[in-house]
Amino acid sequence: MGELKLMKGNEAVAEAAIRAGVDAYFGYPITPQSEVMEYLAAEQPHKRTGMVLLQAESEIAAINMVYGAASTGKKAMTSSSSPGISLKMEGISYLAGAELPCVVVNVVRGGPGLGTIQPSQADYFQATKGGGHGDYHMLVLAPASVQEMSDFVKLGFDLAFKYRNPVMILSDGVIGQMMEKVELFDPIPRCTEFNEEWMLTGKTADREKRVVTSLDLDSAKMEKHNLDLVAKYKKMQENEVRYEEFQVEDAEYLFVAYGCSARICQKTVKIAREMGHKVGLLRPITLYPYPSKRLNELADRLKGILSVELNSGQMIEDVKLAVNGKTKVEHYGRMGGMIHSPEQVLCAFEEFLLK
Amino acid sequence: MDVKDIIKPENLVYERTKNLTDKALSYCPGCGHGVVHRLTMEVLEELQITQDTIGVASVGCSVLAYEFMNIDMTQAPHGRATAAATGIKRCWPDKYVFTYQGDGDLAAIGTAETIHSCNRGENFTVIFINNGIYGMTGGQMAPTTLPGMKSSTTPYGREVELMGNPIKMTELVAQLPGTYYVTRQSVHTPANVRKAKKAIRIAFENQKLNKGLSFVEIVSNCNSGWKMTPVDSNIWMEENMFPFYPLGDIKVNGELVTK
Amino acid sequence: MNEEIIIAGFGGQGVLSMGKILAYSGIMRNLEVSWMPSYGPEMRGGTANVTVILSEERISSPIINIFDSAIILNQQSLDKFERKVRPGGLLLYDTNGITRHPERTDIDIYQVEAAAESARIDNLRVFNMIVLGAYLKLKDFLKLEHVIEGLEKSLPPRYHHLIEANADALKIGMNIVKPYSAELAK
Repeated sequence: MGELKLMKGNEAVAEAAIRAGVDAYFGYPITPQSEVMEYLAAEQPHKRTGMVLLQAESEIAAINMVYGAASTGKKAMTSSSSPGISLKMEGISYLAGAELPCVVVNVVRGGPGLGTIQPSQADYFQATKGGGHGDYHMLVLAPASVQEMSDFVKLGFDLAFKYRNPVMILSDGVIGQMMEKVELFDPIPRCTEFNEEWMLTGKTADREKRVVTSLDLDSAKMEKHNLDLVAKYKKMQENEVRYEEFQVEDAEYLFVAYGCSARICQKTVKIAREMGHKVGLLRPITLYPYPSKRLNELADRLKGILSVELNSGQMIEDVKLAVNGKTKVEHYGRMGGMIHSPEQVLCAFEEFLLK
Repeated sequence: MDVKDIIKPENLVYERTKNLTDKALSYCPGCGHGVVHRLTMEVLEELQITQDTIGVASVGCSVLAYEFMNIDMTQAPHGRATAAATGIKRCWPDKYVFTYQGDGDLAAIGTAETIHSCNRGENFTVIFINNGIYGMTGGQMAPTTLPGMKSSTTPYGREVELMGNPIKMTELVAQLPGTYYVTRQSVHTPANVRKAKKAIRIAFENQKLNKGLSFVEIVSNCNSGWKMTPVDSNIWMEENMFPFYPLGDIKVNGELVTK
Repeated sequence: MNEEIIIAGFGGQGVLSMGKILAYSGIMRNLEVSWMPSYGPEMRGGTANVTVILSEERISSPIINIFDSAIILNQQSLDKFERKVRPGGLLLYDTNGITRHPERTDIDIYQVEAAAESARIDNLRVFNMIVLGAYLKLKDFLKLEHVIEGLEKSLPPRYHHLIEANADALKIGMNIVKPYSAELAK
């Protein structure tokens, strides 16, 4: 068993970054994720592993520092919260276009605009549908515990390098700020091999130059590039869908929720079952690719689905696409930093699905 | 005597650097970009650091610099080249890293990245082509466009009262403690080409010293954007650009040059 | 067992750190724990609260609306959380600054005069440990030694010399906690 620690979600991300052999973290302060960089600064990762830590002048600069570092094959990451992630979207689009691996953590707060510093899940569309310009997807992981905040940093880099694609860890103010027991994974040494044909290491006489770019002025070549990306996303859909089920075996009704809402719904399932309602929960762990196939299978025998999200109804669109009209799908969610309690979710369930 | 008798290694007086590709330059005839590309690539070859150099192209006419420079390069979003270079250099402190940016990229949208990279004293080289205009998008006003100068968005000339003053980025970054070498050059005459090459060489050699950022501005013409012949544009540059953007070293070995 | 606790008071009273020590103590007992603060710009003077859950099972929602126990350190928090204690639950509060005392008769109510006591022993910094001591006295699933182990685990070594003073404060809290009856007070 690994080392056990009581940590905030944000701190777990930072510790995991050092342990995952990350080469560089570029950050910028914003509530509620500032503990990531604060923890790293206190830990002095350059002494522990040689990891680079730099506070950039903006979120825009930070993501472009990630872009530069990633161009050379280094494991680079950044983290922010909603308004800062909007600023990073340009860079993320470039990273996706240039097919560079990286991990971006979004500890989501309420919006739009400056919004609130309180927890929210209002960035689902931004994370899963692209967010920046152009046809692209990030691979999106949604942790629902401090343990997963740690584990997904490692998993995120594995997937980012496997697909040469940005990975987003879509967390929220609850998971980022709460403390739980974490079992820390054993440190992995930083990579020292940069042999892949896309990594910029300096052109030697015995090989062709390497170029990292998202640009092609030749439309036919650009379309080919787009098609290659589509094929890559399809591969992700085939291989990387992850989800977790609670009491789904005999369920007549289903909650679909990710991140902190999934935790809240777990409690609602318990209360509802005590009242005799056969309710289950499906928690998507990857939001892109989405567990559509599994939802479609389940929809055959469900009387109704409630998509529970801290927003005005974003993930529900993916749920509806997945079940394709087979069963009733409703949404419930608080906004603006308000968080639904398990009892409120129960009331919504009774109102929207039982009546 | 036949041509074959002339083409012999012992008769060779000049050769194009291997650091340039065979691709024909896409720049307008008369533009300074091609010369600066060549000088930069020659310097890498002469210093024998090609295998240790990573370049960062920006957005503007030189967005495709990596097509012509036969070295490892990445292409940064508009204005973000120095941030990308920071990411590379911090991870690879022993590599030579440079950005190649125009004035729209470096002095407008990328102002924050430029100032802060200079101020942090990032140990890389910035090559800054200033032609006072947005060339690639069709000759719009740039932050460096001179007062009264015509562009497609200032068809009656830049009115300072409405559009503000042109910005002298090079003088500005020279004031920052993180810059080690700051100079302004041009490539419109053979003598200036030689001086500019020397400046670029120093800017790369400085990376070995690890003492901060080296910043080389090249004031260049944009005959297409300025709607002049190449020759006229060079004369216009001498008469109008140089008084506002005077050539010469501004900071050497970390010390401001006093005139 | 499963214990869901709200600790609430002013920022600067040590609300969050009390919750953290409680959570660490739970880990020492091999329990599952969660610690969910209200977070925001208030560093001192504003309201601060933290939800701590200690459980033998995997914890579901870290966000809850009804609590087994409420540890209350100011009037605003009493007004807000008294009604959120489940029937049969526990309300422990410091009487300092309280003008409207609890009124419920279906929960167990205890007082701890921790603010007064920490002033009397001239160590205001152990205020929250006195409160925590009172809570320990009322709940048998955590022992004093779990808390001391929790302190050892959560404090950096350079602060370990403070553990003794904290242990003393815990004991004071255990001694001075006393029951309160809303019924009798009427």
